Amino acid sequence: MSPSHSAAPVRPPAARLDVENLSLQFGGVKALDGIDLHVEPGSITALIGPNGAGKTSAFNAISGFYRPKTGTVKLDGVDITQVPARDRAKLGLARTFQNIALFRGMTVLDNIKLGRHAHLTSGVFGAFLYWGKTRREEMELRAEIERDVIDFLELDHIRNVPVAILPYGLQKKVELARALAMRPRILMLDEPVAGMNREETEDMARAILDVRDEWGVTVLLVEHDMGMVMDISDHVCVLNFGRRIAAGSPTEVRNNPDVIKAYLGGSGDPRKAALDGAAMGEVA
Amino acid sequence: MAVEFIDIVETSLAGIGTGSLMALTGVAFVIIYKATKVINLAIGEMLMIGAFVFYGFSAGLSLPIWASVPLTLAVAAVIGGLIERTMIRPLLKDNPVSVFMVTIGLTSVLIGVVELVWSAEPRRLPEFLPSQPVLFGEVFIPSKTAYSFVIAAAAMAVLITVFSFWRGGIALRATATDRAAASSVGIDVPGVFSFSWMLAAVVAALAGILVGSVGGISSAMGLFGLSVFVVVIVGGLDSILGALIAGLFIGWLEAMVGRFMGGEFKLLATFTILLVVLVVRPYGLFGTHEIERL
Repeated sequence: MSPSHSAAPVRPPAARLDVENLSLQFGGVKALDGIDLHVEPGSITALIGPNGAGKTSAFNAISGFYRPKTGTVKLDGVDITQVPARDRAKLGLARTFQNIALFRGMTVLDNIKLGRHAHLTSGVFGAFLYWGKTRREEMELRAEIERDVIDFLELDHIRNVPVAILPYGLQKKVELARALAMRPRILMLDEPVAGMNREETEDMARAILDVRDEWGVTVLLVEHDMGMVMDISDHVCVLNFGRRIAAGSPTEVRNNPDVIKAYLGGSGDPRKAALDGAAMGEVA
Repeated sequence: MAVEFIDIVETSLAGIGTGSLMALTGVAFVIIYKATKVINLAIGEMLMIGAFVFYGFSAGLSLPIWASVPLTLAVAAVIGGLIERTMIRPLLKDNPVSVFMVTIGLTSVLIGVVELVWSAEPRRLPEFLPSQPVLFGEVFIPSKTAYSFVIAAAAMAVLITVFSFWRGGIALRATATDRAAASSVGIDVPGVFSFSWMLAAVVAALAGILVGSVGGISSAMGLFGLSVFVVVIVGGLDSILGALIAGLFIGWLEAMVGRFMGGEFKLLATFTILLVVLVVRPYGLFGTHEIERL
């Protein structure tokens, strides 16, 4: 862009994610069976599949909440399979949750600020010894979050509202805001538009595209809304019964016979409507 | 017999002195609850074991006070860390009720340890607070009450300052609210658990030293914890300020009722307050009121 944009904050470069041969087992149930997933830097990649396909399990293994039985997770080529979730956050891996995981009882602003927690340096004694430094850090943090996250996602009117009273769609957006406050290099969104109406869905889809374009961050998402997935993704990976059954561009995936079989199964499957909707969304 | 003004003042001050110790113990309880949502029924026994460790250093090994106190607090931190690591963390993913039950078991374990090492005999701590009574004009305050109040107040001032200005305070709250979300933003959740149990054990041990120096120590002194539960429920389970105010108030109330109505009315007054608070503000005077969107 033009040099007049030099005031824009320095963003860490988008990360590349490589998952190889990932398997996960709960008792006798194979939740994931040797899946591969490659996410290009700066791309929007979607992980889709019928219910119970293992999408959220894959998400939890990638973000470090589950220990996989086999396989590796690499961030920019560095093996992070053994790194605990909190340290993956510090490496620039931010995520949201399928069932919103906000800090209830806190305001929107406090929730978002907590996203920066891992990156701040002053500790408990800093509060006494380096009063000035801690204070300055706090002010800078506040200014940065106001500018880059709250204004960007249009959350200014609710910044001091307790998150628990917000409608569902806005809570999802606050979760996205908190993930953004972490200055992520890869953003993992678990069903960002689940339960949203059309307007909210479009709003969220636009926000995700803006985040990718303006923040230059890699996005990996799990989603059931096929129309939205097909519209915004560069790359789609399809899981079924813990296995990867297809991967490629939205068009390739849509025409893949295995995918059609997985989704349509027998006749009268309600998911058929979803896939039809996707085709229409693509034309429109 | 007319109630004399000076009697009221003296009784009030003595009550506030006891109340400050309840408040300090209440703060120890609140630290654990705030960070981990664990209701620690063993807080009174953690206070007791702190008092006995101090007894061990100061009377058993005859160490000077300036060495005994820091050593006691250090040992208390280790005990707190051990309890967390061996009894609480393995249950992290379990039902909160299991953790609550474990803390009930912990009371028996701690009493057992103390009785094995020091027997069930009540003991006196070595005198270390100045014995000169404090006089404000005509008002007489027993020296131990006065000095333990000053120490408890100083400790609470430090804790309140830390928790209001330190950013980690909000990390503790975040951990208590949602552990998965907390680790997803980079908070060290097991670290927060260890830290809160160690800090609470240190605070409880300090309270134990003070309670023991006023009234002596015994393996039953953990019963002090019962009044502390009233304090934290009245003040709000997750509010340090609430524990402080409720502690002072209940200490004062018990002293006044005990002095002017008779000792048998003390518990009646305390639990009446508890009942009223539970009916009017079930989350305590200063506790966080969870707002629910249905």
